[in-house]
Amino acid sequence: MAASTLPTPGKRFVIGVPYVWLIVFFFLPFLILLYISFVDMGNDINPFKPIWDSQTGLLKLKYENYWSIFRSGEGGPMFQTLYVEAYLRSLWYALCTALLCLAVGYPFAYFIARSSPSVRPALLMMVMLPFWTSFLLRVYAWKGILADQGVLNRALMFLGFTSEPIQLLYTDVSMLVGMTYVYLPFMVLPLYANLVKMDFRLLEAAHDLGASPFKAFWLVTVPLSRAGIIAGFMLVFIPSVGEFVIPSLLGGPENIMIGRVVWDEMFTSNNWPRATALAVVMIALIVVPLAIYYHYTGDAAEAAK
Amino acid sequence: MKNFLEKHFGKLWLVMVYLFLYLPLIFMIVFSFNSTRQDAEFTGFSLRWYEALTRDTKIVEGFWLSLKVATVSGLLSAMLGTFSAFVLVRYRRFGGRTIFSGMVNAPLVMPEVVIGLSLLLLMVGAQNFLGWPQRGMLTIIFGHTLLGMAYAMVVVQSRLLEVNRSIEEAAMDLGARPHQVFFLITLPNIFQSILAAFLLSFTLSFDDVVIAEFLSGPGVNTLPQVIFGYARRGINPTIYAAATLLIATVTMVIVGYSVWVARQTRQREREIAAATRAELTALGAI
Repeated sequence: MAASTLPTPGKRFVIGVPYVWLIVFFFLPFLILLYISFVDMGNDINPFKPIWDSQTGLLKLKYENYWSIFRSGEGGPMFQTLYVEAYLRSLWYALCTALLCLAVGYPFAYFIARSSPSVRPALLMMVMLPFWTSFLLRVYAWKGILADQGVLNRALMFLGFTSEPIQLLYTDVSMLVGMTYVYLPFMVLPLYANLVKMDFRLLEAAHDLGASPFKAFWLVTVPLSRAGIIAGFMLVFIPSVGEFVIPSLLGGPENIMIGRVVWDEMFTSNNWPRATALAVVMIALIVVPLAIYYHYTGDAAEAAK
Repeated sequence: MKNFLEKHFGKLWLVMVYLFLYLPLIFMIVFSFNSTRQDAEFTGFSLRWYEALTRDTKIVEGFWLSLKVATVSGLLSAMLGTFSAFVLVRYRRFGGRTIFSGMVNAPLVMPEVVIGLSLLLLMVGAQNFLGWPQRGMLTIIFGHTLLGMAYAMVVVQSRLLEVNRSIEEAAMDLGARPHQVFFLITLPNIFQSILAAFLLSFTLSFDDVVIAEFLSGPGVNTLPQVIFGYARRGINPTIYAAATLLIATVTMVIVGYSVWVARQTRQREREIAAATRAELTALGAI
């Protein structure tokens, strides 16, 4: 019987301290967020009204904040609002980022996993090192690289690919370069962890049985690394949806993502109820792929048993 | 021939991706020594941006604030994260365990904007009801600790799962009190991961701009906030100088940490080897 190493009071302390902390700083704020998303917008001093009607004493939930996200004006078309656009754009960029990271990161993780065990720690360390230096600064550096008079444009002109600087900064290109750059390690690490455990003798067997390298890769390596692909995809996709800094620095005015919209509603329009409603919908959007993911990995865990 | 090509394609891909990863760092280091404010032309070596950096009071103040915030929230995160890891690994049954595990893990997937926004609402509410806390350093520490403890928990948890429980049980059988077992056996065993957890949450805090933007008060700006403000305006080589100093520091810390870890591992291996030898000698003597 593996008993706990601590007596009961110590155990209560160890459980209690983080528990109370999380209730106060995670659960309670979330409830407040939910609460404000259901109330009316107030005036300047009080950004939102109380939920109880002071005259009738009745509880009244306002769904208007949520409705206004999806419906533009009275009788206007559904789902064609600025907010829906921002959500869809965020999902789209997150998807593109995850796919780009997969395209760049999969061969990368694969070749690290196949390199000799003596150099692997150093190669992995080199993936982690930029991760430890400020992400903000690295994104900022891309501004200098991608600018009209930046290093990349100068290089392209010098090599004769173009005579005029190409607009790279504040476009989809710069956004996706920045996003892929920042999230690449999140794709590489789970893929590496998965691929390094793979039995490469299976590939040899496939070769011996006459499979072409591509066929062997597609029919053996890829299915075996499915768990790593899904994990990496989720690790990139989920934080990308809410990304705030990269679109602010590298994106153009047409690349506004939902994180930015929440910020603007909160601090520029001062519409707290709508900002919170937008945030709640954002969480819902993230919960869906997460639920699918847990469903998947749950199945995988079942199958492994 | 096929093998040859495959081998070189792999190396080429690795080199290209590493170049991609390090390009911004190299760029900043090079242009921090540039003598003029040029985007793409190196006009001569100069330390003027480093000098400008020391005179920039916003950056210097931001740096000290960030250092304080990151140290305190790193320590808090490491402590709360270690506690949480213990709760999840060791105390498998207690009321509300599922809720607890959900709450610890949630900040890992929650968008930072949502974390910042909900914490801001809490702070505003607390300010209205209790008159405390004023938005500023303390509220940023709260926010960063919430985020940091989730990451710290993951790091310590993975180590804690590897710890051999039988050593603790042996110590208990030999009459060690629970706190002795903890401080003499368990803690030294997981200390390396607690340190890693501290470094990770320190870095997260030192790097975070979103939560800080939501939770900082007027005139209270962490270093990333100052940089974010500059970055939105345009190119400023002073930032490159700050970046270069940061890169140098981080590299030294990480390399130092890995040397330390490697030495620890080696020492443990040596001790195990010595113990095995002693055992073999003893066996031979019998």
